[in-house]
Amino acid sequence: MQPIQYNPDLCIHCETVDCLMKCQYISFTGTEEAKTEKLKINGGEESRVLRECLTCYACQEYCPFDNNPFYLLVERQEALGILPAPRPVVEEQLRMMAPKGRITPQAVSGVVVDMCAFPMLTGCIRGKLFEGATTIVGTDIFCNIMWLHFAKNSTIRERVPRIIDNIMHFYLKDSNIRELICFHDECYGTYTSVADAYGIDVPFTPVHQFDYISGRLNELQDRIKPLNVKIAYQRPCSNRLVPHTDKALDEIFEKIGAERVPRTYDRETALCCGGVPRAHQRDELADELVEKNIDDMIRTGATYCVFNCPFCMATLAHEVAERGLMPILVSDLVQIALGE
Amino acid sequence: MTTDLISSLETIVGSRFVSGAAEERYLYSMDQGTMPPSEPDAVVLPATTDQVRQIVLLANERKVPVVPMGAGLVLSGLTRALRGGIIVDMKRMNRIIEVNPASRYAVVEGGASQGMLKAYLQKHHPELKHSMPDAPPVATVAGNVCIHGSGHLSVLGGSHSDMLTGMEVVLPSGEIVRTGSCGVSGQWFSRSPLPDLSGLFLGWAGTTGIITRLGIKLFPNYRHNDVLIFVAEDADLMPEMISRLTSVQAAEDMTPWMTPKPDWARGFLHINIAYGAHTKKELTFKRNLLQSSVREYIDRKIAGFLPLPPPQKGRFLKIPSPDLARFADLRRGGGFEYVGAIMAIEHFPKAYRAGLAIAEKHGVAYSLGARIIGAGHCMMFFFAYAFNRADPEDVKRASDALEATNTAALEIGGIPWKAELPAQKQIIEKMDPDTFGLMGRIRSVLDPNHIMNPGNWEK
Ligand SMILES: Cc1cc2nc3c(=O)[nH]c(=O)nc-3n(C[C@H](O)[C@H](O)[C@H](O)COP(=O)(O)OP(=O)(O)OC[C@H]3O[C@@H](n4cnc5c(N)ncnc54)[C@H](O)[C@@H]3O)c2cc1C
Ligand code: SF4
Ligand code: SF4
Repeated sequence: MQPIQYNPDLCIHCETVDCLMKCQYISFTGTEEAKTEKLKINGGEESRVLRECLTCYACQEYCPFDNNPFYLLVERQEALGILPAPRPVVEEQLRMMAPKGRITPQAVSGVVVDMCAFPMLTGCIRGKLFEGATTIVGTDIFCNIMWLHFAKNSTIRERVPRIIDNIMHFYLKDSNIRELICFHDECYGTYTSVADAYGIDVPFTPVHQFDYISGRLNELQDRIKPLNVKIAYQRPCSNRLVPHTDKALDEIFEKIGAERVPRTYDRETALCCGGVPRAHQRDELADELVEKNIDDMIRTGATYCVFNCPFCMATLAHEVAERGLMPILVSDLVQIALGE
Repeated sequence: MTTDLISSLETIVGSRFVSGAAEERYLYSMDQGTMPPSEPDAVVLPATTDQVRQIVLLANERKVPVVPMGAGLVLSGLTRALRGGIIVDMKRMNRIIEVNPASRYAVVEGGASQGMLKAYLQKHHPELKHSMPDAPPVATVAGNVCIHGSGHLSVLGGSHSDMLTGMEVVLPSGEIVRTGSCGVSGQWFSRSPLPDLSGLFLGWAGTTGIITRLGIKLFPNYRHNDVLIFVAEDADLMPEMISRLTSVQAAEDMTPWMTPKPDWARGFLHINIAYGAHTKKELTFKRNLLQSSVREYIDRKIAGFLPLPPPQKGRFLKIPSPDLARFADLRRGGGFEYVGAIMAIEHFPKAYRAGLAIAEKHGVAYSLGARIIGAGHCMMFFFAYAFNRADPEDVKRASDALEATNTAALEIGGIPWKAELPAQKQIIEKMDPDTFGLMGRIRSVLDPNHIMNPGNWEK
C-alpha cells in the first residue's frame, strides 16, 4: 500500500499553516497551536483536529504547497481508529455502495459521461449539450471518494483500482475511447487528485463536466439565450480537490448570462451543505450550516441556487425551494439557456 | 337445509347480499396465511345493526355457526368457518358516523375500513388522524381493534384496543349492548368510569359477539413529519436503546426491523422512529430529544442514525408502510404470514436470536421486526415468513417455522398475537386453568348455543 504523498519538511517550515488556520470549523489560538496540532497529525499522534474535523476537504485547497493535508488527516484518523461516524452507519453504507459485480460489457460511443452511482441523474444527459453521449452508471463504477468522510482510506485504496479497471474493461477499452467526462466533481477528483496522492494509475483521461460544458457552449454559441439571472452557487466539498475547475464554471456562467453573486460562503469560504455532519451525528451543526447557507443565498437576491453535487442538492433543495429559490443543477441551468 | 338457510338470510338482507355459491364459499374459506381452507355454508352482508341481530337470532334458532368478518386480512385464519355456517361479512356497514374534534374520537360502523376513516378525516378533519396499522387499507377498524392490533401511533397511544372508547355489540343471543360511556351518556368519549365490558369482545377472535359500532381515539395530525432510522449492531443493547428512545416521549411510532435483504442490512438492527410536530422548530426540538436520549451509544460509535437526505425519507413516512406488503410477495405466489408475539421489551435479544435460528433451520425467507407499544411498555415482535402458496413444500416449511416460532415465543415469555388455531391451543396449555375456565363460563353465558366462531379458543 502506497503512503499518501506528502512532504513533512514543508510542514515543519510552513509559516502560515493555512491548512488549519483557514479551517472554518476548528479554531486555534494562533499559528503556533495549529502548527503543533499539524505536526502531531504528521507524526501519527492523537490530535483534537482528528476528532473535530468535519471532513469538509477544504484544507486540501488551503495548503499553498499542495501537501495533501486532508488525505493525510483521513489516513491518521483510520490508523488511530478515530471514527467520524458510528461503526454500523459506516458499515451499512460501505455495503450499500460496494461494487456488486453486476456490470456487463457495453459498447460506448461519442462522449462517455460517467454518472457515478446516480442512475436518477442520467436524465440530465440530453439535448444538444450532450448530443450523442453515452452514459455509464452504477455502484460498479462508483468513485468511492465519499469514504474520505468516514476515515476509510483503505476502502478507497481497495475499491478505486477495481472501478478504474471496470471502466476500462467494460466500457472504454473495446470502444477505443480514452476520455471520460465526469459529471460529478467527486469522480474527477478521484481520477486526478486522489489517484495522484494515493499512487493509483488512471489509464484514461478524466475530463471535468465544467470543461466539457464550457467547450460545448463555444460550439453552441448561436443557440444561447442569455438568462440574465442572478445565481447563488453551492460549491461542494469535492471541488476543493480540483479548485482549478471553478474557473471553468465561471466561464460557463458568463457564457449563459448568469451572474454568480458574491456570497459570504462561496469559493474558498464555501460552507458545507450540512449533509456530511448529519452522517457524523452532528445534526445541530448541520441545521446551523443549512440555515447559514440559505440565509446567505437569500441575502444576495439570487433567483436560482445552483448545485453541481447531487448530494448537496438532496440535502438542501427542499429548504432552498421552501425559502423561494429555485434549486437546479449546473447542466440543467445551461440547458435552459440553450432553450432546451 | 342450506337452501332454506339462504332464503331465510335473503329475507333479512335481500337476495343480492347472500350467497351460497361454490365460488363464494371457496373465496371465503381461506385467508393469505398458512391455515387450511374451511368453507362456510353461506356468506351474508348485513347493512344495519338490526339485520345483524336478525342473522344472529336465525343462527341461534338453527344452531348454525356465525363467523364475524371484517376484511379477512388477519392472516391467521380467524375468519374461516371452522364448523361451516354463516360468515357475516361486515363490509357494507362502513359508515363514519361521527367525529368529535373536541374530545378527539370517531364513531364508525363495524365494517368501516382503515382507509375510509383515514380518507374521511383527511377531507373533513385534516387536523386529526387515527392510528393506522400497516395492513392494506381495506382492513377494518373493528377487526383490528378486536385482535388488539397496533399501528402508527402506538408509541403515543398504546395498542389499538387501548384506543377504543366504546362499542355497540350484538350478542350471540341477539341483545344489543353498549360498552363505555356511550352506554350511559350517548357520547363515545371514554371506557371509564364504568365496569369495562369492552374486554368481553377484545382478543376473543369473534367468539363473543358482533361489533356493529365502535368509538376510536383520534390524535393531532401534524403538518411536519419526520423519520429517523437508528442502527445498531448489538441485539443485547436493544432493550436499553428502546427504553431511552421512548423515555423522551417524542415518537409516535417506533418499529425495529432486521432483514437479510437488502444485503447491506443483514446483521444490523434498525429502529424507525416516526415523529411529528406543528412547527419546524418543534420538530427539531423533538429530533434533538430523541438523538440525545441515545447520545451515549453514538459517542461510543456503536450505534447511530442513518443519514437520510429528505428525498429518501418519503418512503419511510408512508402510512401504511408498503415494506411488509412488498416482503409478502418476496417468494411470489402471494403467501405470507407472520407470528406476532406480544412480549416484554427485555426479551428483544432472545426473540431476535430465536427468529434467526428458526429461519435458518427451516430455510425460509424471513423478516424480523417489532412495533413498540406505549412508551416502551411492551412490543409486538414479529417473525414474518414469505412463501409461495402454489408450492406445497414451501407452505409446509413456512407453517413448520411458524409453529416453531409460536413455541419459541411462548418459551421466551411472550404470547402469540391473533393466534391461529394451533397457537391458541399452545397458549391454552400455558394458561392457568382457572383463567381458561372463566373464559369458558363467560362464553357459555353470552353464547349458550355455542354458535359464535366455534373452534376458536377451545381445547
Ligand atoms: C401486509 C400486512 C400488514 C399488516 N400490518 C399490521 C399492523 O401493522 N398492525 C396490525 O395490527 N395488524 C396488521 N396486519 C394484520 C391484519 O391485517 C390487521 O390486523 C387487520 O386490521 C385485521 O382487520 P380485518 O378487518 O382484516 O379483520 P379480520 O381478519 O376480518 O378479523 C379479525 C378478527 O376479528 C373478528 N372480527 C372482525 N370484525 C368483527 C366485528 N365487526 N365484530 C366482531 N368480531 C370481528 C374476526 O372474527 C377475526 O377473529 C397486517 C396484515 C398484512 C397483510
Ligand atoms: S499542510 Fe500545507 S499548509 Fe498545512 S502545514 Fe503543511 S505545508 Fe503548511
Ligand atoms: S477537512 Fe475541513 S474541517 Fe477538517 S481540518 Fe480540513 S478544513 Fe478543517
